[in-house]
Amino acid sequence: MAFHGDLNLEATELRLGLPGTGDHERRTPPVGVGVTKNNKRGLPELEDGHREESTRTTKTQVVGWPPVRSYRKNCLQPKKTESESGGGVYVKVSMDGVPYLRKIDLKLYKEYPQLLKDLEEMFKLKGGEYSEREGYSRSEFMPAYEDKDGDWMLVGDVPWNMFVTSCKRLRIMKGSEL
Amino acid sequence: MSENNHHLHHPQQNHFCPAETMSEDEEPSRPSPPPPEPGSKKTRNCAAVHPSPHSDRVLEIVLEHVLQFLTASRDRNAASLVSKSWYRTEALTRSDVFIGNCYSVSPARVTTRFPRVRSVVIKGRPRFADFNLMPQNWGGHFGPWVATMGKAYPLLERVYLKRMSLTDRDLCLLADSFTKFKELVLVCCEGFGTSGLTAVVSKCRQLRVLDLSDTEVSYDGVDWISYFPEGETCLESLIFDCVECPINFEALESLVARSPALKKLRLNREVSIGQLYRLMVSAPNLTHLGTGAFGHPEPQDPNNQEMDYAAAFSACKSLVCLSGFREVMPDYLPAIYSVCANLTSLNLSYANIDVEQFKSVICQCFKLQILWVLDSVYDEGLQAVAATCRDLRELRVFPLNAQEDVEGPVSEVGLQAISEGCPKLESILYFCQRMTNAAVIAMSNNCPDLVVFRLCIMGRHQPDHITGAPMDEGFGAIVMNCKKLTRLAISGLLTDRAFAYIGMYGKLVRTLSVAFAGDSDTGLKYVLEGCPKLQKLEIRDSPFGDAALVSGLHHYYNMRFLWMSTCQLSRQGCQEVAHALPRLSVELLSYEENEKMDDDTVDVLYMYRSLHGPRDDAPQFVTIL
Repeated sequence: MAFHGDLNLEATELRLGLPGTGDHERRTPPVGVGVTKNNKRGLPELEDGHREESTRTTKTQVVGWPPVRSYRKNCLQPKKTESESGGGVYVKVSMDGVPYLRKIDLKLYKEYPQLLKDLEEMFKLKGGEYSEREGYSRSEFMPAYEDKDGDWMLVGDVPWNMFVTSCKRLRIMKGSEL
Repeated sequence: MSENNHHLHHPQQNHFCPAETMSEDEEPSRPSPPPPEPGSKKTRNCAAVHPSPHSDRVLEIVLEHVLQFLTASRDRNAASLVSKSWYRTEALTRSDVFIGNCYSVSPARVTTRFPRVRSVVIKGRPRFADFNLMPQNWGGHFGPWVATMGKAYPLLERVYLKRMSLTDRDLCLLADSFTKFKELVLVCCEGFGTSGLTAVVSKCRQLRVLDLSDTEVSYDGVDWISYFPEGETCLESLIFDCVECPINFEALESLVARSPALKKLRLNREVSIGQLYRLMVSAPNLTHLGTGAFGHPEPQDPNNQEMDYAAAFSACKSLVCLSGFREVMPDYLPAIYSVCANLTSLNLSYANIDVEQFKSVICQCFKLQILWVLDSVYDEGLQAVAATCRDLRELRVFPLNAQEDVEGPVSEVGLQAISEGCPKLESILYFCQRMTNAAVIAMSNNCPDLVVFRLCIMGRHQPDHITGAPMDEGFGAIVMNCKKLTRLAISGLLTDRAFAYIGMYGKLVRTLSVAFAGDSDTGLKYVLEGCPKLQKLEIRDSPFGDAALVSGLHHYYNMRFLWMSTCQLSRQGCQEVAHALPRLSVELLSYEENEKMDDDTVDVLYMYRSLHGPRDDAPQFVTIL
């Protein structure tokens, strides 16, 4: 029986018990394998008996699997954001028709209007208006950004923090392409 | 391809991290049976009945000279079995001792038999301990070894330890005992701090090699780098890339500047790119470089604004092996372009760079033989590797995100591409979320030189994601077609059929790793009965029980170890094995600490041959049958 929406703390708990210990209502064992079942090795239940939902889609973390040494795992996750290391989030800014690029530190801004205003100043743009409800209104130029997946997105659609973490570079597009 | 000037290292050993490849292709350490009795029928030489001292001595002298040429342990073990005279002479002339399992023999026995040893290799914990499958403090202590060798081998020059526990005291004793000490290599070790290191670096004046790959060193306030003696050092290799301790950079800079023989330098991530620059400028003769962070430049300052990183790399004309990039800022990557064409080894497995950044580097590395990367390079990155690195011998693809049930950036597409572009491939370790039999079969056909095949499909019991079939046929093709295969790690959905293939075709397999695989005892039986060269067998979470275990009785004395965790063994079954094979040390480990096995099920079985008898340093959670 699953408790939806619980914290599922057990899933992230690193421990040496057998896989599935602490979970007395045994889940269906994985297909094709009779895994050792051992109720005696259970670890203490969390207070109100959090259970793990176990379907094919959510598997519990098994100790030592995948077999990657902890040192390596710890080095790569979580990836330190540049702000933690003391620097900013620098992204390149290009503008159509302008031969040189600029770089700005997204960490210096807290919201879209600030950013857009700076961009206008930097590139001497005739700006549009930004409103929270409608995003950036049309003008001769439209700011776009490349996200982590490599897609080009219009600036202003997602919440600011999400934008800062997913923006890889900025491009100010000429109106004729819109 | 050997790591450094250790002539002992088997050629297959990798450059960056002996930890992860040590097990393949090594000589097994067999405790030799005692020599034949002098009066036995085996000695046919009538001179033995009326021995003439002169001729015997001449023979032995000749033998000594001849045996100098035998360096491989396996050959020496064979020579020692010929006769009592050969046994004696071989023992006197053996200078390198290899102990594959520290509990297989006692230190005293080794020093008694081999009195003139200059170099030892000792290995402790089994590999699955790296993945938290073994409770802490199981053992593998260096203490008894250094205590005994300290007295027996005052001229000892080299110590190589893997997965052993050492204390600061052990290192102090080492430094005090061996005045001619030259090489300390510690791989995947732990238990000591910077104080212990300090003793070694300050007292061992002839130290050439200090290699701490993947070893944990606790920081106890002492900056060990500062304790190297003044004046020129003999250092040839200084490797501390995984040591998570702050270091005094000025001391390091001074050390590098006064180490003219330094060829290998691997820095930890405390070293910034600006500091790296300064070191490179004073050590342009490096052949192996671990770059440290490769990021965190000093804040702009008029004096160091003009750090020409590219020039620093260009100046290193001998650079063939590059690693590090521990906190890489990709903008600095172009600095290495000028050395790419010379590289035979490149380790980017701690560098979270994207596909384009990776491609810009790899497309220039046409001499590359060894490549370690993260899967963040995507299949596309691997295709770029296949297009450029025709000479590739070893590839490792590690997961950036080591979890199940996530989207994986690499798949069968990357594997297929590599198999087509890199026909000389000998060793592969590949983590992925999806795989197909077809790609694995393709690799078995395209890469006939494969010696090591380790595929880790991270989702447990994952079938071929296109056909839905088990991965039996893929792994079957590997053992069938790769005639040189000695090491295999399997994953994904696997039935007993896969094991049947391994037993039938895996005649040279020495190391086998199994996880979440098989249907029944029959699977393990196939392997135990079919693989005569099997040395190291590690199994977890698979449905093998007592019947399978006893089917290997004929073979366990020939193996280095067997590990089975969370399988279906019972204490009784293990007891049966222990009774049948008295020279086998059968350890049962319990996951709940401070509680010995009180019921029948077995958490972990770890067993190994031993001349020693049950060890006396076993912790509470270990029961030795």
